[in-house]
Amino acid sequence: MNEILKYTLMIVILLFTLTTIAAWLIWLERRMLALWQDRYGPNRAGPFGLFIVAADTIKLFFKEDWIPPFAEKAVFVFAPAIVAAAVLLSFVVVPFAPDILVADLDVGLLFFLAMSSLGVYSIVLGGWASNNKYSLLGALRGASQMISYEVFMGLSLMGVVMLSGSFRLTDIVMAQKDYWFVVTQPVAFVLFLTAGIAETHRLPFDIPEAESELVAGFHSEYSGMKFGMFFIGEYLGIILISAMVVTIFFGGWLGPFLPPIVWFTLKTFVFIIFFILLRASLPRPRYDQLMEYGWKIILPIALLNLLVTGGFTLLKA
Amino acid sequence: MEEIDSGLVEELRVALGDTAFKIQINTDGMTTLLVKKEQVVALLAHLKTKVARPYEMLFDLSAIDERSRAKAALNGSVPPDFTVIYHLLSFGRNRFIRIKVALHGEYPGLPSICSLWKNANWYEREVFDMFGIRFEGHPHLRRILMPLTWNGHPLRKEHPARATEMGPFRLWDEKQDREQEALQFNPEEWGLKRHSDDADFMFLNLGPQHPGTHGVLRIILQLDGEDIVDAVPDIGFHHRGAEKMGERQSWHTYIPYTDRVDYLGGVMNNLAYLLAVEKLAGIRVPARVEVIRVMLCELFRTASHLVWYGTFAQDLGQLSPVFYMFTDREKIFDIIEAICGARMHPNWFRIGGVAQDLPTGWDKLVRDFVNYFPKRLREYDQMVIQNSIFQARTVGIGIYTLEEAIEWGVTGPGLRACGFEWDFRKKQPYSGYENFDFEVPVMQNGDCFDRALVRVEEMRQSLRIIEQCLNNMPEGPYKSDHPLTTPPIKKNTMEDIETLITHFLNVSWGPVIPAGEAMSCIEATKGANSYYLTSDGSTSAYRVRIRTPSFPHMQMLPYISKGYTVADLLSILGSIDYVLADIDR
Repeated sequence: MNEILKYTLMIVILLFTLTTIAAWLIWLERRMLALWQDRYGPNRAGPFGLFIVAADTIKLFFKEDWIPPFAEKAVFVFAPAIVAAAVLLSFVVVPFAPDILVADLDVGLLFFLAMSSLGVYSIVLGGWASNNKYSLLGALRGASQMISYEVFMGLSLMGVVMLSGSFRLTDIVMAQKDYWFVVTQPVAFVLFLTAGIAETHRLPFDIPEAESELVAGFHSEYSGMKFGMFFIGEYLGIILISAMVVTIFFGGWLGPFLPPIVWFTLKTFVFIIFFILLRASLPRPRYDQLMEYGWKIILPIALLNLLVTGGFTLLKA
Repeated sequence: MEEIDSGLVEELRVALGDTAFKIQINTDGMTTLLVKKEQVVALLAHLKTKVARPYEMLFDLSAIDERSRAKAALNGSVPPDFTVIYHLLSFGRNRFIRIKVALHGEYPGLPSICSLWKNANWYEREVFDMFGIRFEGHPHLRRILMPLTWNGHPLRKEHPARATEMGPFRLWDEKQDREQEALQFNPEEWGLKRHSDDADFMFLNLGPQHPGTHGVLRIILQLDGEDIVDAVPDIGFHHRGAEKMGERQSWHTYIPYTDRVDYLGGVMNNLAYLLAVEKLAGIRVPARVEVIRVMLCELFRTASHLVWYGTFAQDLGQLSPVFYMFTDREKIFDIIEAICGARMHPNWFRIGGVAQDLPTGWDKLVRDFVNYFPKRLREYDQMVIQNSIFQARTVGIGIYTLEEAIEWGVTGPGLRACGFEWDFRKKQPYSGYENFDFEVPVMQNGDCFDRALVRVEEMRQSLRIIEQCLNNMPEGPYKSDHPLTTPPIKKNTMEDIETLITHFLNVSWGPVIPAGEAMSCIEATKGANSYYLTSDGSTSAYRVRIRTPSFPHMQMLPYISKGYTVADLLSILGSIDYVLADIDR
């Protein structure tokens, strides 16, 4: 009984914290972008413009939630929920600190890979159900991008699995007691980060929504809170990928002096800000260039990395 | 003023016979041939291919409704009802030639020259749209600027010039239905097929409201997957009748309208217009005026290129540069505002001068900018031009060769990116550009990347010109003492009655510009901008023809975007650097 209560409480707190952070990330991103782009950003509502998030949320809730008459209604409504749900489910296995995690699955890494790739269904279904050509093009791009980048996202992590000997995320963190895996697996780190950006559809991998080409891509027809779900889903995705990068390559909660959760949060935010900086600086490649890059360059590197790691592991054994 | 090209005239007489054409003498001295409509195609074909140093480019094609022209201004000939006018440009001779065809009848026709020049297509459609003149043999003669349901042809003299002459606007239900029906998309009407042998095409309606088109431009895309099979630009959403307004405004009060044609070019539009007016009036402006004009034009060229630079990067997904570049543009606008009192549309040049002298302290403002800007340009090179993703998106995309560029009437940076050093500031210097030391940047490949490089380098050259203006600003008056200078100089009005009368008339009516025709041509921000003015000796122009660079550039879009993807289309659009007001006028 006590156990159930504990986990329920943990889940509720986690849900609340994550969605709140995701919402504040919108503020953070806008302020950071403004900082780098020589402008102010939202600075009116509340201290440092922090209340803009509340204003945005209220606005989204009160906006007319329009479903286009030509849309496939059931799928159209269902699609935005998938992305938020899939990303939130992935957080189940993330070890924020030794005692703050919901489920310490022994296939935690696989669970994460499975859940995070479900997110693309949102894009495909949403884009298809909108019955709009721009949305359709966005959905097609999203699907092919997912297929290309999902492959080496998994492959890049297998080296880490070999070194730590486990799919369990807490084991992976503990295996980094002496040194972080970013030291032994730098290539895998870069590949995973790249795939992670593609997974969250952030610039330069935002081709499913590519606003100068496809207006808003797959979510062109969405408004109100349904659009908000896509929005929140994207920011939750950023937190998730940053958290996973930290867990897998940067020693998770490990660190001296400060409590584990603080270390984890600090490291995660470094990557979140990196994501935002990336958006401020890079242009967007063309969709076929991105595919080519994925299949012809990154995939062979990932395989090579796996081969070399495997060789070393055998030698040591 | 130019001289008539008598060598060419002799050559043509030998080739085509004595009676083939007549020569007309005009104020601007440009070789002008009057030809019958039966012979126009032969004459133009001869000029394009047979003469030595041929007239390769169809620079402009327009028409005049002659029916209410003051008879005294007609050089004594029998007045035609309409005249169609071709302007050709020969790069070898560095000269223009004007061919006129007199037409009689209410809705006359003449042979199309679409088979001679590719860019004749849109020009002939425009003349048809504006005058109702039919071009026989045109592949797709339908309205281009006005809505398909429009009644009448706006540039005909009987067509009202203002909404108040047309009665109140009403939208009846039936009318609304009719208008909406006209908007129904039917691929066949656009000359597009629905299927090929092995694929059904998707038609994508890009615009008129689309973040990537920078204005109300609509492009119908025929897609196979994301590959462009064909693209058809639909223009005219920004058409404001600038040419028609010129027939109603006085010579003086038309100046603010020119500002808004290439709205990023600001006073540069004033200059193109005023050069033609000053040719007609025979005004020579003082040296100080020339240098002030050049300085402001180059400031505007830099500002315009900065807008292009930022938005181009943004089209390719780079979000930040546009903010830095707009910040710099603000600095330019600070200078312009201090000098002119306004920012984007200063309306500041005047017939025979400029509106005011430079304010005290202008030189410090300009010097600060000249010192500040080169460092920023270097930063932008690293941020944008050297970025490998930027290069991947632009190198080898949207290529056209020099021959194609000339065939389609491309001017400005787009022409120079094909390896052809042609800049009107160098070749046909106006407003004293011959006194400045600057280079004309040229690139070889004619792709999006090279067009970008040309513009970036042009900013550096503009800066050089601005610096020279700053260091060598002549002293002297800021307007000419010619009686037609507007507003005229007042100081002599109390001396004698003649000056007083002229001054009074000029101020109350506006100047009366002598009858005649004159064309100016300047190197504007986006290419060659030219005003071809016809005066019948009254207080306003009889006909104002504005030749804008963006119009032929946009016409080329289908030709250069076939086979590329939707994403490439945005690179190509960005690299063309057009503004909709410059296309639609």
